[in-house]
Amino acid sequence: MGMTLTEKILARHAAKDRVEPGELILARVDLALGNDVTSPIAIEAVRKMGVKAVFDREKIALVPDHFAPNKDIKSAEQIRMMREFARAYGIVNYFEVGRMGIEHVLLPDEGLVVPGDLVIGADSHTCTYGALCAFSTGVGSTDLAAAMISGEVWLKVPESIRIALSGRPGKWVEGKDVILHIIGKIGVDGALYQAMEYAGDGLTSLPMAWRFTMSNMAIEAGAKNGIFPFDETTRAYADGRTKRRYEVVTADRDARYAGEIAVDMSSLEPQVAFPHLPENTRPLSQVGNVPIDQVVVGSCTNGRIEDLRSAAAVLKGRKVHDAVRMLVFPATQEIYLQAMREGLMEVFVMAGAAFSTPTCGPCLGGHMGILAKGERAIATTNRNFVGRMGHPESEVYLANPAIAAASAVLGRIGGPDEIR
Amino acid sequence: MMLKGKAWKYGDDVDTDVIIPARYLNTSDPAELAKHCMEDIDRGYASKVSPGDFIVAGKNFGCGSSREHAPIAIKASGASAVIARSFARIFYRNAFNMGLPIFEAPQAVGEIDAGDLLYVDMERGALRNETKKKEYRIAPVPPFMQELVAAGGLLNYMAARRKGK
Ligand code: SF4
Repeated sequence: MGMTLTEKILARHAAKDRVEPGELILARVDLALGNDVTSPIAIEAVRKMGVKAVFDREKIALVPDHFAPNKDIKSAEQIRMMREFARAYGIVNYFEVGRMGIEHVLLPDEGLVVPGDLVIGADSHTCTYGALCAFSTGVGSTDLAAAMISGEVWLKVPESIRIALSGRPGKWVEGKDVILHIIGKIGVDGALYQAMEYAGDGLTSLPMAWRFTMSNMAIEAGAKNGIFPFDETTRAYADGRTKRRYEVVTADRDARYAGEIAVDMSSLEPQVAFPHLPENTRPLSQVGNVPIDQVVVGSCTNGRIEDLRSAAAVLKGRKVHDAVRMLVFPATQEIYLQAMREGLMEVFVMAGAAFSTPTCGPCLGGHMGILAKGERAIATTNRNFVGRMGHPESEVYLANPAIAAASAVLGRIGGPDEIR
Repeated sequence: MMLKGKAWKYGDDVDTDVIIPARYLNTSDPAELAKHCMEDIDRGYASKVSPGDFIVAGKNFGCGSSREHAPIAIKASGASAVIARSFARIFYRNAFNMGLPIFEAPQAVGEIDAGDLLYVDMERGALRNETKKKEYRIAPVPPFMQELVAAGGLLNYMAARRKGK
């Protein structure tokens, strides 16, 4: 019996010929990630154990992004702890403010993750790198501590479900809509414990940026990871960014899947997830009249240059509605610079939107765009839980960047075709 | 490793707030946490559990927050393991990392009643219900995970391994 993509990558990293779903393995990690919320606990554990060196100074990434630039004194202390630890232990990949970005966009863009890798991160959206045909998943702080020391992590091999994609997404439909549709269909625990493996002839019409969005939100369906097969699109992205050599992994023809979900992308409309769960999706045409106070474009889900281009194309020559505040967060410094070069920044500022330095900021209700009681936002982020972006009685709707930008102009949730 | 004790039976979706209510999270002292373990669904558990006993539950045990206090409280209460139909993913990790063995045994769970005497053989992957005279296969715990549990958790295990090297 053959193996799925996830099983193959796990087997390799556990030095085994094969692994079975349900099996517990001890695997080698290619990269271990921590951020300013989760690494302080891990750092304390490493120090408490009296460990003087990490397993590999180049295979750890520490990214202050949640409350960076320092939101308050507590976050300043947390980030200082990371910085001092990185210095003391010679961690190469510590990303200081001014050179940083949101971890899940930054690491692949910097070429730190390559196809076939096994990556763990003390952050639930670590599953993003599945887009690169890598296995990556979120773990706890104790796991991160152990991985920093030993370079290993224990994992339970998940079953895989096959997501068979066909057709070509129509106008205003992006990767975000495909994954929102899937989550709406199977629910927030529809893929609990499992690996989502994207497949089918629809893959060729998905650019890298969309794939990252679709892997990013695998966790919103409860999945352990969300992985894409390697193809020319993956190769073009990876080869331009990394100096590391990598080996291409493919799923076996007779691999065993626990289930299959078929999605005809050509039949999809843009999707909007209503409060307070990502599974509460509706096609745009059935949203009705939902006035909004704030629009957020950014995050590890949709803060890439392609996302900014998509929002700017809608906004160009138009104005953000009087009653709306629009905030745009490029995910990394590189994207920030690119947005400047392409004139996107000017489009946003001329339209009356705020354009910010990279940070997670409003995505987790951290800072830079908190909602007041009763306020409503549409965001390109990934979670719309109660209180996610501020007051427990505020509301978050999730959508793609073009829909978010159109809504900013309209003052209510709507699509680009509704703007005169 | 052989585990032996009687069953404390609970239902589906036992969440981390039930295992250890948030109001007690201002401490991470295991003994203190153990006093309040399961108290919101079972006031008797913490005072009556005997060393070695098992918590037996339905699906999605440990859902909710990622607090590592939950497995700490169960372990410190004296329970030797949790047997459930399924576990929430982060609880699953945290449990092993804190040195609390857990087993997925959907069929056995359905046939265990509160108070049944259970034996678990971790190497062999066997669960015996002595009261009902029935034996079930469970996934054996691989050697490194057994060592991890024996060492008292992931960090102790790492420390021991490093000394050995
Ligand atoms: S952008 Fe949001 S979801 Fe992504 S890592 Fe930051 S806080 Fe988490």
